[in-house]
Amino acid sequence: MTELKNELIHHSAADLAAKLAAREVTAVEVTQAHLDRIADVDGQVNAFLHVNSEEALAVAAEVDAARAAGGSAAEELHALAGVPIAVKDLIVTIGQPTTAGSKILEGWHSPYDATVVKKLRAAKMPILGKTNLDEFAMGSSTEHSAYGPTRNPWDLDRIPGGSGGGSAAAVAAFEAPLALGTDTGGSIRQPGAVTGTVGVKPTYGAVSRYGAIAMASSLDQIGPVSRTVLDSALLQEVIGGHDPFDSTSLTDPFNDLVAAARVGNVAGMKIGIVKELHGEGYQAGVENRFNESLQLLKDAGAEIVEVSCPNLKYALGAYYLIMPSEVSSNLAKFDGVRFGMRVLPKDGPMTIERVMGATRAAGFGDEVKRRIILGTYALSAGYYDAYYGSAQKVRTLIQRDFDAAFAKADVLISPTAPTTAFKLGEKLDDPLAMYLNDVATIPANLAGIPGLSLPGGLADEDGLPVGIQLLAPARQDARLYRVGAVLESILEEKWGGPMLAQAPVLGSATTTAGGSN
Amino acid sequence: MAAINRDDVAHLARLAHIEMSAEELDRMAVELAVIVDSVKSVSEAAGEDVPATSHPIPLTNVFREDVVGHTFTAEQALSGAPDAYENRFKVPAILDED
Repeated sequence: MTELKNELIHHSAADLAAKLAAREVTAVEVTQAHLDRIADVDGQVNAFLHVNSEEALAVAAEVDAARAAGGSAAEELHALAGVPIAVKDLIVTIGQPTTAGSKILEGWHSPYDATVVKKLRAAKMPILGKTNLDEFAMGSSTEHSAYGPTRNPWDLDRIPGGSGGGSAAAVAAFEAPLALGTDTGGSIRQPGAVTGTVGVKPTYGAVSRYGAIAMASSLDQIGPVSRTVLDSALLQEVIGGHDPFDSTSLTDPFNDLVAAARVGNVAGMKIGIVKELHGEGYQAGVENRFNESLQLLKDAGAEIVEVSCPNLKYALGAYYLIMPSEVSSNLAKFDGVRFGMRVLPKDGPMTIERVMGATRAAGFGDEVKRRIILGTYALSAGYYDAYYGSAQKVRTLIQRDFDAAFAKADVLISPTAPTTAFKLGEKLDDPLAMYLNDVATIPANLAGIPGLSLPGGLADEDGLPVGIQLLAPARQDARLYRVGAVLESILEEKWGGPMLAQAPVLGSATTTAGGSN
Repeated sequence: MAAINRDDVAHLARLAHIEMSAEELDRMAVELAVIVDSVKSVSEAAGEDVPATSHPIPLTNVFREDVVGHTFTAEQALSGAPDAYENRFKVPAILDED
């Protein structure tokens, strides 16, 4: 062993893969280093709902054995074999509980693996555990988790974003080099922005949704969470591809993502600023970092153009009709009959209807109830055309706006979120203020196009991370990785290293940061 | 469009099978009124000639060969059930018989 274990946690997935292939480290050492880190800091961060030590170490040992055996056993190993990963607890796994952050599923074990989990197992990537989230992925702060909020590693009094705050915080706190998230209106990208990490929502259908507990089926997408753009590209290539178990899964190949992340230039590319996705309503420090990135891309030879998507003003409204409508239908199955909690009414007749009412009252939190009621309303007779029907038409208008924008630009760029991380509790009593966090991320879900968020620096006024969002046309995920990797490398050159090197040191081992021992 | 009121919320909660206390209905009615008000403009955004989009990436229906694939055993299917009896999900009375 040439390195101290605790230094291993600071490496990217790509670097760990190279070290493993060169047999400089073992998969067991890498996995144990991350499990140790979880034991050290997760009491502060609360990114994990379940830690899967035994299985993770067993998978790591299999990788080490295959590598030691050499020959075909070693050659057949996936490039990321032995690189550990955390999985958002909305994604079902055999052998570990899946809660979706809800009391209604406390203690439930899925009898099957999600397709993405099967793919992680096939690649022999040790699964470190399941990460925290807003209940059923509904929220922008993880404060709606039934198991307590996750805290932002940059400031433990602040939110890590949501719904995938657990996955983003785990990666930001060096508890895992990679994680899986799900993004319905920004749940991968907004946590990425506020924790200084990378998060990607692939094209709708590029990654199978089979085994992701459905929130809004026409908007949900599983995607990668990482600390570098290249790592997300590597992970999307592992989890992507057609799946007959998901009827919305695309048959297109998406195998040029890693190559795109390694192109290394943006000369001649047209990058479009969306007029409606910055300016008014965006924090000054966010706007400053955004403008700085634009200038850097211009200096690197990209052409910056301005585009307008006028119908984006209806995006938030359309989203808050379509999403709850689909939620009200998808969550009807949690009724105390086939799985999860069952609560009996305290008095009165013991009918199944009353059992359902009591079970759902006790099992769901406030935000889930709000969205189910809102969706039930939007779908009711007499309101369906005015609400759900109109929102679906807005979806068409937004797609047309993006088509027109992509006729002028190869990728679009905006801040990922209007503000940096806010304080825990600050917006909990104001649902509408909470919803506004996703104003820049929601349009991609409505249109089905891919989006990537990467660290864009720290806001001047509060020293907290700002995210830069890139958007590309459907099926052109590769463009995000190409432009994202270039911007990341220019910014890191400017900062003198990764942005997370500036984050506060967590845990007991204060000597781990920067490998100072 | 009509605003959402407390009676509407009580009715919707019954349809959605969520028991709600009086206090919860009061609070939810206020919160939902604000949210519904903020999404109203959507109904005026698009003209009648605009087609609806239900799925972001258009796909025609997907079929597979009609052969038996993976199925769960009864034991697996019942493994997470709150109550089961002789390979079946067990529930309280379905009909309200007093």
